[in-house]
Amino acid sequence: MTQQGGTLVATPPEETTARRDPRRAVAPRPRLAWRERLEVLVFVGPAIALMAVFILWPVVSAVRMSFYRWKGFGPMDDFVGWANYSLVLGDDVFRGAVGHNFLIVVLSILVQLPLGLGLALLLNRNIRFRGVLRTIIFVPYVLAEVIAGVIWFQLLQPGYGVVDGLVGAVGLTAPEQGFLGTPDLTLYTVFVVLTWKYVGLAVLLFLAGLQGVPAELYEAAQIDGASWWQTQRRIAVPLLGPTIRTWAFLSMIGSIQLFDLVWVLTGGGPANATTTMATYLINQGTARGNYGIAGAASVVLFVIALVMAVLYQRLVLRRDTHEAR
Amino acid sequence: MSRSTRVAGLASLCAVALMTAACGGDGSSEADDASTITWWHNSNNEPGKGYYEQVAKDFEADHPGIDVQVSAMAHEDMVSKLDAAFQSGDVPDIYMERGGGELADHVEAGLVRDLSEDAADEIENLGGSVAGWQSEGKTYALPFSVGVVGFWYNKDLFEEAGIDAPPTTMDEFYDVVGQLKDAGIAPVSVGAGDKWPAAHYWYYTALRSCPQDVLEGAVTSLDFSDPCFVEAGEVLEDVVAAEPFNPGFLTTPAQEGATSASGLLATDKVAMELAGHWEPGVMQGLTDDGKGLGEKTGWFPFPEVEGGGGDPTAQLGGGDAWAVAESAPDEAVDLVKLLLSDDVQTGFAENDMGLPTNPAAGGAVSDPALAELLKVRDESPYIQLYFDTAFGTSVGGAMNDEIALLFSGDATPQEVVDATQQAADQEM
Repeated sequence: MTQQGGTLVATPPEETTARRDPRRAVAPRPRLAWRERLEVLVFVGPAIALMAVFILWPVVSAVRMSFYRWKGFGPMDDFVGWANYSLVLGDDVFRGAVGHNFLIVVLSILVQLPLGLGLALLLNRNIRFRGVLRTIIFVPYVLAEVIAGVIWFQLLQPGYGVVDGLVGAVGLTAPEQGFLGTPDLTLYTVFVVLTWKYVGLAVLLFLAGLQGVPAELYEAAQIDGASWWQTQRRIAVPLLGPTIRTWAFLSMIGSIQLFDLVWVLTGGGPANATTTMATYLINQGTARGNYGIAGAASVVLFVIALVMAVLYQRLVLRRDTHEAR
Repeated sequence: MSRSTRVAGLASLCAVALMTAACGGDGSSEADDASTITWWHNSNNEPGKGYYEQVAKDFEADHPGIDVQVSAMAHEDMVSKLDAAFQSGDVPDIYMERGGGELADHVEAGLVRDLSEDAADEIENLGGSVAGWQSEGKTYALPFSVGVVGFWYNKDLFEEAGIDAPPTTMDEFYDVVGQLKDAGIAPVSVGAGDKWPAAHYWYYTALRSCPQDVLEGAVTSLDFSDPCFVEAGEVLEDVVAAEPFNPGFLTTPAQEGATSASGLLATDKVAMELAGHWEPGVMQGLTDDGKGLGEKTGWFPFPEVEGGGGDPTAQLGGGDAWAVAESAPDEAVDLVKLLLSDDVQTGFAENDMGLPTNPAAGGAVSDPALAELLKVRDESPYIQLYFDTAFGTSVGGAMNDEIALLFSGDATPQEVVDATQQAADQEM
């Protein structure tokens, strides 16, 4: 009994009694399993239910919608097969929208990556007002996209806007229809606003990544006589690799789903110069009541995003996950 | 049962309760209540907003136990909220219908209540103006304001540019545009960013180019093969080529904010804008003093197109009607009848909220510009319902998008007709 008393201290009482007493061993075990199951259900159930209601169900209903001609109300009974898909894929406006999305993807990486990296390396140094500068660069990211859109829409007003005033003050002439009203310039104008908004995120991630670079490496390089520039190029940037690749992934997905800012700034116009896949499906769905076509467009958007994400995970991010192991 | 299971059970119960609350918390439960009437309207500026609140209070006083929940929204907000409401089937008890193809779709989906019997007296009193809200001999909504689209202009700026009288033909219109430009005044604002304000120009050039029977045929058969539709686009190309519009018009919104097309007119930035009868009300909401252009407001109908096959006095217009949801309590019909009564329509007119359809209220329109518009409306041989409304959202949306492209020089008159026909063919 004393021996048993000694072991009791080390092991949980219920488990011990269950193992020792054959009569009671049968009864509590299933009860325990049942309780565990209930716990799992209670903790995971709400999350799964929310996912089913707000993610799975909308996806399924969008796929279903895409095979019908449906005005958005009343019974959904006019089955049209793949007609909506051929309509969407044959539509110049939709193909233009896909082109705009990919242009933003490429531009984001080409412009925001060097810019974000440069700012991060700069702000990683012990310079004056570092905190203030970091805050200034990061503030646009905290703003809601809609608010940023409204602010820039006012700044970019042709004639009366601040941007036109600044352009005029340095002796240049702003385009007559404004930066948002000239079809050839609009997408680039939107991209400038996007960069202003999202470069803060890149800087934040890169700065965090730079904290992970061991100080000894810098020290060793310095002792070997490497310049500041050389240490950045040979040590900081290569070791930032995983962070950069993760940022590029986030940036890509964001660019593919681009909507809020474009919607507020241009609504997809002028002359469809800034349509994205998301504005296309809003225009077809909510504005024109062609929910079948909008459904087909959303499935196409989903497939494009999924393929890109999977390819990127397989081809680019794999080395990072391997390294982690 | 052990304590922990009871706690777990309680927790799961809470989770379920939370979830259902989250899923069903869109206010639908209020609308289902038989003693509550939900009413959506777009008179979201004073005095209209307060006037309707008073009407609702008076109705509640006469009908004990009935609670009227009024929601005043900006027009664009209301339209998008209504779209969502139709989709969910949870339509407000009293809401605004614009008639035409849209109403026909709602009727087909069984969302709108037939008012033919319940409001027979009111329908008779309104006369011909209910036609746009009828389908197969039944009336589904009662129009409370029917107006026509025309040019709203700033009398002071016209005077400043030395313009004696508003233009009556397109040639005179171009002269006026030239005079305004010479005086350094931006002639016209258009909210082409929202597309429909640009489309109204095409609607009017079509109305001036096409005879009435061709237009009526097009609305019922969705056939746009008559060459006059291409002519309409050609006339519009000339208008765009004259460059009368405000800088940046391709992304200018219609009514939101001081930099919208209406805002530019209200703040003396441009001399005129093509818009419907709602314009004075919209401008009032966009100026700090709440007066809009005030005394300076003038109105003239869309000019005659020389050599066009259409009637030069026909007007493009449309209006708003109160419709009752199929699921609404019977008292909602009583409230709609009250809204069309001599008293309420007179008050509606006195507050410059629109153009009353009840003949008893016609004399109460005090605003001189609106009175002018009312005169043109009543003298017009026929009023063509806005094409996008008449054709329904799908065809109308395709048409408006293509017309906006014509404004930026990216579509030809033929392409406008083709895009419209293509969308129409998918409807058949």
